[in-house]
Amino acid sequence: MQPIEGRVWVFGNDVDTDLIIAARYLNTSDPAELAKHCMEDADPGFAAKVQAGDIIVAGKNFGCGSSREHAPISIKAAGAACVIARDFARIFYRNAFNTGLPILECAGVSGIQSGARLRVDFDKGVITVLDSGETHVTKPIPPFMQELLAAGGLMPYIKRKLAARV
Amino acid sequence: MTRAMTITEKILADHAGLDAVSPGDLVNARVDVALGNDITAPIAIREFRELGAQKVFDRERVILVPDHFTPAKDIKSAIQVKTVREFAMEQELVHWYEGGESGVEHALLPEKGLVVPGDLVIGADSHTCTYGALGAFATGVGSTDLAAAMATGEVWLKVPETIRFVFNGAPGPWVEGKDLVLYTIGKIGVDGALYQAMEFTGPAIDNLSMAGRFTICNMAIEAGGKNGIIAPDAKTLAYVEGRGLRKHTLFSSDPDARYIKTIVFDCSQIEPQVAFPHLPENTRPVSQAGDVPIHQVVIGSCTNGRIEDMRSAARVLKGNKADRRVRLIVIPATPLVWRQAMAEGLFGIFLDAGAVISPPTCGPCLGGHMGILADGERCVATTNRNFVGRMGHAKSEVYLANPAVAAASAVAGKIAHPADVAGK
Ligand code: SF4
Repeated sequence: MQPIEGRVWVFGNDVDTDLIIAARYLNTSDPAELAKHCMEDADPGFAAKVQAGDIIVAGKNFGCGSSREHAPISIKAAGAACVIARDFARIFYRNAFNTGLPILECAGVSGIQSGARLRVDFDKGVITVLDSGETHVTKPIPPFMQELLAAGGLMPYIKRKLAARV
Repeated sequence: MTRAMTITEKILADHAGLDAVSPGDLVNARVDVALGNDITAPIAIREFRELGAQKVFDRERVILVPDHFTPAKDIKSAIQVKTVREFAMEQELVHWYEGGESGVEHALLPEKGLVVPGDLVIGADSHTCTYGALGAFATGVGSTDLAAAMATGEVWLKVPETIRFVFNGAPGPWVEGKDLVLYTIGKIGVDGALYQAMEFTGPAIDNLSMAGRFTICNMAIEAGGKNGIIAPDAKTLAYVEGRGLRKHTLFSSDPDARYIKTIVFDCSQIEPQVAFPHLPENTRPVSQAGDVPIHQVVIGSCTNGRIEDMRSAARVLKGNKADRRVRLIVIPATPLVWRQAMAEGLFGIFLDAGAVISPPTCGPCLGGHMGILADGERCVATTNRNFVGRMGHAKSEVYLANPAVAAASAVAGKIAHPADVAGK
């Protein structure tokens, strides 16, 4: 994966799926519609402010709550290139890889402020704060997840498996 | 000789065709039931088509239940339901429930015998973990996982570590399954069981009704758990008998199975609980709730919408009236619960108390419809989440409690202990 550089938006602990995309917007699954309401109840202006390539940084248990895939879909469609959190709720974790939203677990990012610029090297698992040069080394993405990402998500991965069966 | 395993490990090993599994293993497992609803199935159906799949792996094992925004609350939701219905018809799915047949999925499936002990169930809904109460492995996944399972009948899973919870002692009056699980989440936090299996054991679990067990397993996800599970016993078998459509397998943990930790609670010390906004871990005993005036009470959902919950609420509401500032909304979770509540005369009690009786639906639980909160409004609900904006405006508040506490609060107009209201 290519390294990315982007501006940071910081959120706190236990950011739940209702904060990421409120249930009142789940009467559609259109990514562009969902993007308009991304993070609305946490930061009402977020969807308008976030720019392509920006990075979300959060605390523990990001994405807790419902199984709605609309959550990673709305983040991705809003333009965020990646989410870095201390840890993720498990369904969100699956959904992010399955839908091709890169996410990284990293405890060290808690001091980073909104507006900082980061460089994220997924292959090496290194996060660099560009202004200070400070670096954080993350847990590597587990091999199976790397396989999913390499295939382009769960669907292409399954497609290949199904094709191999016949 | 295979190594000692927990019930969760045994079910996963069985469905992966392996003699044994250990925490951390990635397995490809056979799925007994794959479930979706009106919110998650449309995405799964899109993915299923993109995959080029023609037929679901088994038309008896893919179950679709439109229950969240149904009966459709607006045009967009109607289109979502239509998408799912057309797919169900095209695929000739055996288990499709709409209109007067529909109910809240996690109450409906066990009631119809669609999940049996020993099953491996995935559902594109986080509260799929409810079925652990039957001694099944059940976990929530996203729509893409559902699409893959609909096509292949398989799912990849990481074998979780298991935390064992031991509930000793006898719970006092008015203490229900809901209180045991709220208390647990209050102790370990909303990420206290992140990625892990939660196995509930002990005399208080043995003595608990199936309804109470469903409530406990339902909220495993609220502690971050992958699944909640209770070993099947005579009660489980009595429940499944006459409903179970398939052969079941009884699994239980080996005495020397390995747990990442064991947490012991004394239920005699647990009072009815209330989870304050905006996380299920913000629990307090009702007696320490203080003066919290409320505007709405919701009794229903996959957590507490069963007949036992209706009876518990009715016991408190009998001869009482909801405070005039409080909207009381009662939602039997399934058509069968509705019918039973009606036959038992509970509707008379609810109507006399000033309640609105809703058709079975998720409705207000996720801020869908049938009872949305305005800014500044507070609701006591028997549901499972009190996140910001969960039931409406971002400045509204949800307090989670058992049905008796919710009913008592409706009468008092503020958070109240059932003992202070019942029989007055
Ligand atoms: S009742 Fe509430 S928690 Fe349960 S499935 Fe419906 S929306 Fe989800």
